[in-house]
Amino acid sequence: MAEPATATQAAAPAVALLKDELDIVIPTIRNLDFLEMWRPFFQPYHLIIVQDGDPSKTIKVPEGFDYELYNRNDINRILGPKASCISFKDSACRCFGYMVSKKKYIFTIDDDCFVAKDPSGKAINALEQHIKNLLSPSTPFFFNTLYDPFREGADFVRGYPFSLREGVPTAASHGLWLNIPDYDAPTQLVKPLEKNTRYVDAVLTIPKGTLFPMCGMNLAFNRELIGPAMYFGLMGDGQPIGRYDDMWAGWCTKVICDHLGLGVKTGLPYIFHSKASNPFVNLRKEYKGIYWQEEIIPFFQQAVLPKDCTTVPKCYIELAKQVKEKLSKVDPYFDKLADAMVTWIEAWDELNPIGPVPNGKAA
Amino acid sequence: MSLSIKDDEIDIVIGALRPDLTSFMNEWRTIFSRFHLIIVKDPDLKEELKIPEGFNLDVYKKPDIDRVVGTSTSTIFSGYSCRYFGYLVSRKKYIISVDDDCYPAKDNKGILVDAVAQHITNLTTPATPFFFNTLYDPFTEGADFVRGYPFSLRSGVQCALSCGLWLNLADYDAPTQALKPEERNSRYVDAVLTVPARTLMPISGINIAFNREVIGPALLPSLRLGGEGKFRWETMEDIWSGMCVKVVCDHLGLGVKTGMPYVWRNDRGDAIASLRKEWEGVKLMEEVVPFFQSVRLSREATTTEDCVAEVANVVKEQLESKDPMFARAAKAMVDWVKLWKSVGSSTSSPGA
Repeated sequence: MAEPATATQAAAPAVALLKDELDIVIPTIRNLDFLEMWRPFFQPYHLIIVQDGDPSKTIKVPEGFDYELYNRNDINRILGPKASCISFKDSACRCFGYMVSKKKYIFTIDDDCFVAKDPSGKAINALEQHIKNLLSPSTPFFFNTLYDPFREGADFVRGYPFSLREGVPTAASHGLWLNIPDYDAPTQLVKPLEKNTRYVDAVLTIPKGTLFPMCGMNLAFNRELIGPAMYFGLMGDGQPIGRYDDMWAGWCTKVICDHLGLGVKTGLPYIFHSKASNPFVNLRKEYKGIYWQEEIIPFFQQAVLPKDCTTVPKCYIELAKQVKEKLSKVDPYFDKLADAMVTWIEAWDELNPIGPVPNGKAA
Repeated sequence: MSLSIKDDEIDIVIGALRPDLTSFMNEWRTIFSRFHLIIVKDPDLKEELKIPEGFNLDVYKKPDIDRVVGTSTSTIFSGYSCRYFGYLVSRKKYIISVDDDCYPAKDNKGILVDAVAQHITNLTTPATPFFFNTLYDPFTEGADFVRGYPFSLRSGVQCALSCGLWLNLADYDAPTQALKPEERNSRYVDAVLTVPARTLMPISGINIAFNREVIGPALLPSLRLGGEGKFRWETMEDIWSGMCVKVVCDHLGLGVKTGMPYVWRNDRGDAIASLRKEWEGVKLMEEVVPFFQSVRLSREATTTEDCVAEVANVVKEQLESKDPMFARAAKAMVDWVKLWKSVGSSTSSPGA
């Protein structure tokens, strides 16, 4: 697993699943060279590029891709004053892409993530695996010891109640990373050379009531089911914190999924993460988050959403209220964040006027 | 193998449901031979046990069981439950138990898996039940906690139970295996993970290990199907016991891990034939799972024995009217705690 895969053309599927129903959202500040490697897997799909940083810079998109690109000027133009909820100088800006998309599914990937190889040396089509994960049910109510029972060659084990074997719809698919693992700054400082070489051949549903750290590097979700919960918060320029965007979205998403009876999967697919960011820079960004998460985690673990929150936006507004009530005392930042969460939903509703159908059942 | 664990802190308990253990023991010899073994013969088994030479072991048969617990009580150790007698009489800190139709497995690189070493590693490194680590076991080499994992939760808690998995014949129920008679598990998942707190799962008895000092009394023979037989497809006793163990662990702040090690489980029996006996167990799980998900133990239950006794009470109150099997199970649990206190060595230290 020492290098990314190169022979991706051979691995391209005959049929690109969900070709017209899925958008690939990529935040970038540099360039999109990495797309060359993904071409056989990504080319059939529409891309939404969210260009962070200096809007006067031109980001070149490789030939042959069908895409729309938004820079900061576009974001400001489209959202007006509501653009304040979209982060600047942080990959959190990617969630703008979720908002403007018109598709049912989103796959988001960082521009330093390449195609990985499985243990047999074959190139991994991460998008295809995410789609499989999203199109098969999750099983959050009882843990299956053989992991995803819907995968080929697996099933529910003895003792698994038959009434729970239908599963629930999968809202999100969280993939992992070979090579540079998603460690925080302190861990990176202590273990600068550690690479993840372990290929764990499993997909599993994260049980109901269990929170997890959701990484946005290699993530897919059903936008119709959970889109409005995928707000990546206020990070970067002018904010006291960075590198907690995906974490925040993950905690909100999981609480709402648990409430609505939706599933979140983690595990395969792997991508090859090539760039280790500077741990000292990271430490400065994460510093407050490392303290704050000690308060944030119990908050989310104890968050209860009322039964009448039957849609994702309703759940999200309610969460925003609770953030304001309970986390503002940790830091005024959370007060701002709670407001931004509301702005996000307002912006989402404006850009997606039909509105989501009530989904799942309130727990 | 953790250097700080001495071999003499470990007992390997084998329930013998078939008389000829020769190939089983020989296959495991390189892994088992340095440890003390407790072999418990199913009291219903008539033939003599055949055990090869060269092991340090104690064998318990029906007369021994009768002598220790009395002839009327010894019936609780019939079939797969015979291994619980081994847990009862062991005086070691760690117990590892595999079914007598399982052999050592090979990992993805073709190397023989030392299931004992892996179980011991699982039991002697912390578990992390309060927050999910997406890179699985953070204490394994080459892994760590990921970004976003609260630092206050990184020391983890003591791991009380290690649940292994099975290649070849997976632990499916009879209907599943009958529907897919050719299906064999060939996927070796290179991971150990902590089962999150308050998450329940079917804990199979085929390949497990536990810290007897901490959780011993919670692994117990209590739920016996009316038609319980001599194939795992015809039992639910371990699943029931496992639910109790998980509830107790969650209450006491102890961890349960699942994943590696794998064992190779040999083909045995006929799922379709066993269907007739297992339907009862399959039906029961519909009650059992919601029940255990709702159990909450009191603050006063600070030892494993107290927890088991409380679970038994709740079983009696809430399930006894649904099926007489539950009433018997509740009584068996209460009796077990008494038996453990009198015969088993004391585990009165409170959970971590």
